[in-house]
Amino acid sequence: MLHNLCKYRHFSRAFLSLAGRQIETSGSSTHVQRAKYGSAAQERKKFYEDVTISQGEDGRFEINLDKRKLRTPGGKLFTLPNEALAIAVATEWDAQKDTLKFYTMHLTTLCYTALDNPTQRSKDQMISAALKYLDTDTICYRVEEPPGLVELQKNEWDPVMDWIEKRYNVVIGSSSSIMGPKIPEETKETFYQHLNSYNFWSLTGLEYVITQLKSLVLSFGLIDRHLTVEHAVLLSQLEEEYQIQRWGNVEWAHDYDMYEMRSRTAAGALFVHLSSESSMVKKKLMQD
Amino acid sequence: MAAAPLRVYRAILKELRLLKGPQYKHTMAYNYVTEQFRKNQVSGERYCRAQREAVHTSHTYLCLLSSTRQHMELHRLYHGRGECSPEETAGRVGLRLPSQPGGKGWEN
Repeated sequence: MLHNLCKYRHFSRAFLSLAGRQIETSGSSTHVQRAKYGSAAQERKKFYEDVTISQGEDGRFEINLDKRKLRTPGGKLFTLPNEALAIAVATEWDAQKDTLKFYTMHLTTLCYTALDNPTQRSKDQMISAALKYLDTDTICYRVEEPPGLVELQKNEWDPVMDWIEKRYNVVIGSSSSIMGPKIPEETKETFYQHLNSYNFWSLTGLEYVITQLKSLVLSFGLIDRHLTVEHAVLLSQLEEEYQIQRWGNVEWAHDYDMYEMRSRTAAGALFVHLSSESSMVKKKLMQD
Repeated sequence: MAAAPLRVYRAILKELRLLKGPQYKHTMAYNYVTEQFRKNQVSGERYCRAQREAVHTSHTYLCLLSSTRQHMELHRLYHGRGECSPEETAGRVGLRLPSQPGGKGWEN
């Protein structure tokens, strides 16, 4: 169910940009200009051999497929803020064989989203969308039965909750009522201030991570490097994990979903880390 | 928390080899990862924040590469070939379809 939701989200993003196509009226004829978003399931033949990166005049990095410059579905030049991200994206294109499998190219997709901003949102709107997840954060909602799962949630989720409450000096709390805990306004304010320090690209990545994990707390745990991707995904799927332990693992459903979620979450986290300038500065300072 | 840097580094190279075959040493990613790893290699005592961040990021990248590969493998195995026949589906969960001696009656 959750998995379907996030699939829907994935599609809806592409769909929104289709719906938001611009209609240009020039002279007597009306042109419909639509972004070239293919369906996620569609595969395209590989039309290039060499993938290289080059640096434009403004210092941003570009991806070249043979001699052609990569463009976004919206038609913009595909430019990236730093070399690390450019190499990671180039590797995705380089790894394709025979057909292009866009559904495995998460970093490229994230860059498209950040560059085209298909839903035309401002930074402020993205922050409030991210904060909204706090009200229904996965790890705030606890069960009352069965006892095994109650204990598992307590043992696995409480340490992360303690960590975030200390790290940001906030109160979140958890609840077993259907309404969830009441999150204090100060907590939201603190997180708002914190999210406001992110740039647009990092927020795009962070939002992607949040929608995968269905939890702001776990996402911060991952982005602040308190959790690994594997651990964050596990904590996000705790109930499913409990059922698997009880009823057995089904490779083509459970593992399939888990690997997909891991790769998407990892792509989102990497995107945040690589597109936040400050970490690059730190690395440079270290080298001196 | 995260695995030892050298292990992560080796595992990333392995993933790159799986992606690109024998010529993986000529890829941009290979050069970049190797260069970064050497730069961030500091003596044991200087365990600092920047290094820990680099290890976490490399671990995340490794997770991206390996889970994408494993996801694709499962996709190819189970979901990439259209719908399965009833016999195959039953076989997957260890069952067999009953056979009807003398046909089911509706065949000509």
